Amino acid sequence: MSSRTWKRPPLIKDTTWRYGLLALMALYFVAAFFSYDVNWSRVYEGLDRGWTFIKSFTNPDFTTRWTDISEGIWESIIITVTSTVVGIILAIPLALGAASNLAPKPIYYLARGFIAVARALHEIIVAILMVAIFGFGPLAGFITLTFSTIGFIAKLLAEDIENISKPQAEAVKSTGSGWWQWINYAVQPQVMPRLIGLSIYRIDINFRSSSILGLVGAGGVGATLNTAFDRYEFDTAAAIIIIIIAIVMVLEYLSGFIRARVQ
Amino acid sequence: MPVTTKGELKVWQRRDRAKQFKIWFGWFIGVAIFMFCWKIISDATTWFFVYDAPRIAVDIGGRAWPPRWSYLSELWKPMWDTINIATLGTLLAIIMGVPVAFLAATNTTPSKRFLRPLALLIIVSTRSINSLVWALLLVSIIGPGIFAGTLAIAIRSIGFVAKLLYEAIEEIDVNQVEAIQATGASKLQVIAYGIVPQIMPAFAGLSVFRWDINIRESTILGLVGAGGIGLYLQSSLNILAWPQVTVILIMILIAVVISEWVSSKVRLAII
Amino acid sequence: MLELKNLGKRYKTGDDALKGVNLTIPNGQVIGLIGPSGAGKSTLIRCVNRLVEPTTGTVILNGTDITKLSSSGLRKARREMGMIFQEYALVDRLTIMENVMSGRLGYMGFWKSFFRKYPQSDIDEAFRLLERVGLDHMVDKRADELSGGQKQRVGIARALIQQPKVILIDEPTASLDPKTSRQIMRLISELCKERQLSAIVNIHDVALAQMFVERIVGLQDGELVFDGAPDELTPEALTKIYGEEDWEATIDDVDEGEENVGDQNT
Repeated sequence: MSSRTWKRPPLIKDTTWRYGLLALMALYFVAAFFSYDVNWSRVYEGLDRGWTFIKSFTNPDFTTRWTDISEGIWESIIITVTSTVVGIILAIPLALGAASNLAPKPIYYLARGFIAVARALHEIIVAILMVAIFGFGPLAGFITLTFSTIGFIAKLLAEDIENISKPQAEAVKSTGSGWWQWINYAVQPQVMPRLIGLSIYRIDINFRSSSILGLVGAGGVGATLNTAFDRYEFDTAAAIIIIIIAIVMVLEYLSGFIRARVQ
Repeated sequence: MPVTTKGELKVWQRRDRAKQFKIWFGWFIGVAIFMFCWKIISDATTWFFVYDAPRIAVDIGGRAWPPRWSYLSELWKPMWDTINIATLGTLLAIIMGVPVAFLAATNTTPSKRFLRPLALLIIVSTRSINSLVWALLLVSIIGPGIFAGTLAIAIRSIGFVAKLLYEAIEEIDVNQVEAIQATGASKLQVIAYGIVPQIMPAFAGLSVFRWDINIRESTILGLVGAGGIGLYLQSSLNILAWPQVTVILIMILIAVVISEWVSSKVRLAII
Repeated sequence: MLELKNLGKRYKTGDDALKGVNLTIPNGQVIGLIGPSGAGKSTLIRCVNRLVEPTTGTVILNGTDITKLSSSGLRKARREMGMIFQEYALVDRLTIMENVMSGRLGYMGFWKSFFRKYPQSDIDEAFRLLERVGLDHMVDKRADELSGGQKQRVGIARALIQQPKVILIDEPTASLDPKTSRQIMRLISELCKERQLSAIVNIHDVALAQMFVERIVGLQDGELVFDGAPDELTPEALTKIYGEEDWEATIDDVDEGEENVGDQNT
């Protein structure tokens, strides 16, 4: 028998496609690379400051601006709590409307449209608009995060509702239950663990976001952080970052704990 | 017991009294905390502005419409920059995040005592800090521009990529790995033949997913001077050029919708 | 020759999976290892190539003490020992050729294997083996597209391309239907004969074991309780291995099975 050779089959079979795609990617990277205009001497000068910043983590300054920091963190926490609660409450009816197996078509499209807009705009952009409309302060932050919480929870919850077990849903419907009874007995028990999981995850996200809203005047610790960087007070910035990381870690630990109990 | 007997009757309750009381108490505490938080927000709010809000919103809306379409021609370059920040930032994050993931996964880490905690620390700290904060920091260190923005996106994404990837590595089928070990393969060969093929779908999926998120994130980095379309948003806002803001927002919306569509298509193709 | 001397394994949980097993397998002999679940069959064969580290005792393959080897020495020794798994343990997302070639990893440098630059002699051997197991027409299919029987054939080819002296076979038929099980067992026993390989086959199907192996070893709670020819496996012996049960039916099965062997050879 003459020897048969073997080559690994390529990912894309068609050679024109394969090389075309490769060429396009190469072209893109070259073009992207040349649109970067890096001022290397400025970067080099910055290395010093970068090192100062890293060193400041060994010696963070909690005291000098403690009143600003503590008020900011406190405000962030409060924005997180309120926006998560209100967001979830408002997201539930929206999710029912955005589930294709529950809602009539016009409501479905309306709900999906609202979700798409709520998810597409970054929190900061929404916050800018809210500050313009409602004035500076935590209320703008609260409204911003409520808005994006609604989009987030409603989308994922609607997907979960669409994936519920059909036999269970049919079994409850066949007992002659009304629509609300059907939601309460067939849908709610199936999606509850997911809703709880999502809510806890959203607390985590909202806290992280609330720490930047201050940059545009929507309340929270972001304003203090911004000033600290502006004045090159890296030790204060380090202190704030350490507090944020610590709170996120506590939240993550708690969410792991609660999720394990729910399942 | 939820079932009690009252003479001849068996009375069924969903929960017994103590448990029911606990649940009510939990709700009571929850509502109290919420009311307390709400009071603080309310105190910090100038309600006069809020009552005025509908009028202001209408006013802004009126000024923002019609969009100033001629401004579009100035936006192509910053949009291109925004896409580059997201794409190259994601790429850098993948390059840095993959080794971190292998160090963090219990079944591939070379040292559980030293390297694994270090990897987990990198994951937690990069993930907890918003990319806007990273941008703030990098702009103050290396100066404004898209380079700082790209690095900010990259650093924020390291933790994301590494976390999801190391969870995928820990969930692989050990039998396939054992089979490769049994052939006398070296450690690197075991990774290349036993582990990498198994995590490939998860890896590709999370990379595209993160790219999609990063498109959205990179639209705002300009607010702190880290390049992209956010810079134009910032300057339009500063001069209260609302018709330009509308054009920018529409452009961002289109970019985000397209990237989400691409990402979901690619993810479907992988599975 | 493969010798196990006083082989013992205690898991971290404190369970003694193996309690001083002594076993000698001459070159070219295929033995069937039977016993109830949890008797330590799987642990025993994994101690041979140290996928599980034995706590006491030694494993000697043709004069080399495997338990004393350094990690690079162990890798060399593993090349001499092919292994076939219960759930096939093919790498699902690699092609059949890549799966078979993973049997040559121990003989190859990392970059060669990473870029799939296999020596032509290995590829020739892979095609020969795939032809022998009847799969040479589908080398570029991915492993997860195959049926159970086909996967196990690839598993066999992967073990044999190592040019092993011994093969360790862990419940090769546990996930297969009865007919495919026999075909796979027949293939294994034929290949062992052709290549003068010794083999340890873990198997829970007593009838199947009696049909295809020349020597049966019974393991019960980590200890050897039976060692003899298949026809010495009386109801008393089975009771010793598995505990009290009506064994006549099992043995009847065997007779029927042996009558059928001829029909299935086609």
